[in-house]
Amino acid sequence: METNKPLNASNVPVLEARGIAKAFGPVEVLTDISLSIMPGEVHAIIGENGAGKSTLMKLLSGHLKPTRGSVAIDNEPVSFAGPVDAEHRGLVLVHQEILLAPDLTVAQNIFMGRELKRGLMVNDREMNRQSAEAVRSLGADIDPTTQIARLSIARRQLVQIARALQVPHRVVIFDEPTASLTPIETEALLKVIRDLRDKGVAILYISHRLPEVAAIADRITVLRDGKLITTRNASELQPVDMARLMVGRDMSKLYPEREDTAAHQTVLEVKNFDVPGYARDASFTLRKGEILGFAGLIGAGRTELLEGIVGLRHGSGTIEFNGKPITFHTVRDSMAAGIVYLSEDRKGKGLLLAQDLRTNLTLATLEKFTKGPLIERKREDKSLDKAISDFDIRARRRDLLAGQLSGGNQQKLLLAKMMLLEPSIVIIDEPTRGIDIGTKEQIYQFIANLAKAGKSVIVISSEMQELIGICHRILVMRSSRIVGEVTGDAMTEEEIVVHATGVKINEAELYSAGNA
Amino acid sequence: MSDTSTNTDTRGAFRKLADLDKTAVAPFLALAALFVLGALINPNFLSIDNLLNVLTRSSFIAIIAVGATFVISAGGLDLSVGSMAALVAGIMLLFLNSAAIDGDMAMLCVGVVVAIGVGALAGLLNGAIITIGKIEPFIVTLGTMAIFRSVTVWLADGGSIAMKSTSMRALFRPVYTGTFIGLPIPVWIIAIVGILAAFILYKTSFGRHVIAVGSNEDVAKYSGIHVNRVRAMTYVLQGICVAIAVVVYIPRLGAATTTTGMLWELQAITAVVIGGTALRGGVGRIWGTICGAFMLEIVGNIMVLSNIVSEYLIGAVQGTIIIIAMLVQRTLQKKK
Repeated sequence: METNKPLNASNVPVLEARGIAKAFGPVEVLTDISLSIMPGEVHAIIGENGAGKSTLMKLLSGHLKPTRGSVAIDNEPVSFAGPVDAEHRGLVLVHQEILLAPDLTVAQNIFMGRELKRGLMVNDREMNRQSAEAVRSLGADIDPTTQIARLSIARRQLVQIARALQVPHRVVIFDEPTASLTPIETEALLKVIRDLRDKGVAILYISHRLPEVAAIADRITVLRDGKLITTRNASELQPVDMARLMVGRDMSKLYPEREDTAAHQTVLEVKNFDVPGYARDASFTLRKGEILGFAGLIGAGRTELLEGIVGLRHGSGTIEFNGKPITFHTVRDSMAAGIVYLSEDRKGKGLLLAQDLRTNLTLATLEKFTKGPLIERKREDKSLDKAISDFDIRARRRDLLAGQLSGGNQQKLLLAKMMLLEPSIVIIDEPTRGIDIGTKEQIYQFIANLAKAGKSVIVISSEMQELIGICHRILVMRSSRIVGEVTGDAMTEEEIVVHATGVKINEAELYSAGNA
Repeated sequence: MSDTSTNTDTRGAFRKLADLDKTAVAPFLALAALFVLGALINPNFLSIDNLLNVLTRSSFIAIIAVGATFVISAGGLDLSVGSMAALVAGIMLLFLNSAAIDGDMAMLCVGVVVAIGVGALAGLLNGAIITIGKIEPFIVTLGTMAIFRSVTVWLADGGSIAMKSTSMRALFRPVYTGTFIGLPIPVWIIAIVGILAAFILYKTSFGRHVIAVGSNEDVAKYSGIHVNRVRAMTYVLQGICVAIAVVVYIPRLGAATTTTGMLWELQAITAVVIGGTALRGGVGRIWGTICGAFMLEIVGNIMVLSNIVSEYLIGAVQGTIIIIAMLVQRTLQKKK
């Protein structure tokens, strides 16, 4: 990999973090970070979920104030009054989540809050013209009068970037911009970023997709557990080294020893299942003791298909459970049959964040804790004791609210809650999203133990490595359909990507072609 | 981040004190403050007779507001309670006047059952439209508010429905004016309704489900709770509470008029909110609500006793109270 020499390099960093730290309450999530971003360079920040990348971005873009240390622009220490103040100083953050008004048009979104006016009225024609131009400069062709709701996630992402770049900018921070993009869309975006860099803009690029980082970055900073591990020139680091530095240990030990726990007996057979708008004609089988993975891009319909099967959404098709046809009208029916689904949206659909641990633990199984009409609190408490020790839920106090737990402990609590239903099939959607590495390992071990105990597990995940690490078999979905199955030695990222995107490209070739 | 809490006994008491949910205590502190204010303005205020009198007069709103606590903690809202009270009163009186059954006592007993039935049905209507029709509770109950009121006016032919039988009136009156072991009957009814409601909300799985639905409907759904059934049931409970309030109210005036229950929805919601229940759902405080209803009546009482502010401004004062209560709740929650 060649180092990309910035065009107008200078020795004054345009943005600098000087020993900044951030604590939430007694917990310090970021400790003494110092780094500098030069004009005309792409500086990548990599790290596992929970390493502190997002917090660092929020500190640098004025969304949060550091507990210690300072931020400097052009060697001058500054204190941002807020994100708007940071924007005025030329610092722009492109959020990971799409923050657009779905009912408004592309142009209305791009100019929201800074509408062009002609007298008292908004100048729609001019805004449409400039929006079309802005979007075109990003390599896309979107009618500026289209409603956001009608665009794909990838195109919304582009609109969001176009909106951010409307502000005069010297530093642009991209927070995981490619999380929902296909390789082709990713390449288009990387080109946009290279163009910006060549104009002398400083770029902070946050991602955990390492090949992409290798392709775009000039310098790379690795964060782990809130600490800065190293900052190096991109040419000195191979993706393998990056992964090792991010995790801080050998990756292979993350996953439990693979055991062939899958029996021949089929416990679940789904045939020609449709979930209107999301999944079409899905058929698959699940064996006793098997860990089955569902891979695919965001929006491929994995979550919706399985929500349809367990009765959380309207769906139709044949489901055979232990050889007998069965229909789940509501999620209660599937729970009663012994199938549980753990939502990917832990905070929005899994736990009541404003209620305590006990209330959350027993919510799905209250009838097991009642005597007559009365809830027996003592038995609930006993059950909570058991859950805390069985699942290693680490809470400073028992009367904490679920929202006060860390992501990993929330996931363990959710697992404990659903396991009270004594299921024979456990469906886990994004089991380790937003979870620290240590807890990840525990959750993988837990999933392996479930399979060993003769239960069947379905894992939906966007982290291909994780599926490859724990599953016996992986199904890949693309645009509402199951398009492939990989097992054994064929379980590689390349193989999954080919199925998930429907394009057979050598990723490395693609990136280097764009880089030349 | 994992410390076991075994040797915290020494600091336990302090910690408990510090942990006390401030929004739960605030209404009772405010009530105490009103007591002090009342006593300063007029020494008669703190007499047992005056306080029991005030408590008795707060009974309709208190009972209705207990029902509203369920609706609001489940994330709903019921604006129709005032009109519903008028409708239930009208139908109950028409039934009592029909003399369908021999014997005043039997008539009254069946009349109470009829009232509760009508209240429950009216609540079920609200709940069914909201859950099956998937319409905002605000809009649905705004609609039924107009419907209930209008039907009452029609039943009363634009005037009022009064209880005809004087003997029945005499038999019914003690429900409002009578006492039992030294306490007025309405105070007993508040206590019984409060205890039952607190039991349902805090001790049963239905109550837990109400809080879950109000806290986050999606989580409730993904936990296998029948969200619609729970929500509809809160409106039925609200209807039953309205009916109980009517049973206490009728012996006071002996008639239902076109203005019966006017603006009760406002007072009920105010009582719930100043009692510490969150308007967005997920928190329900039965005793706070009853305390809130009591406070509203005390404010009126103090205004009557003091002559500082015209009692015609009572609505303005109550309106101010709900806004202040919300501001206090907001700041207390921020500090948490």
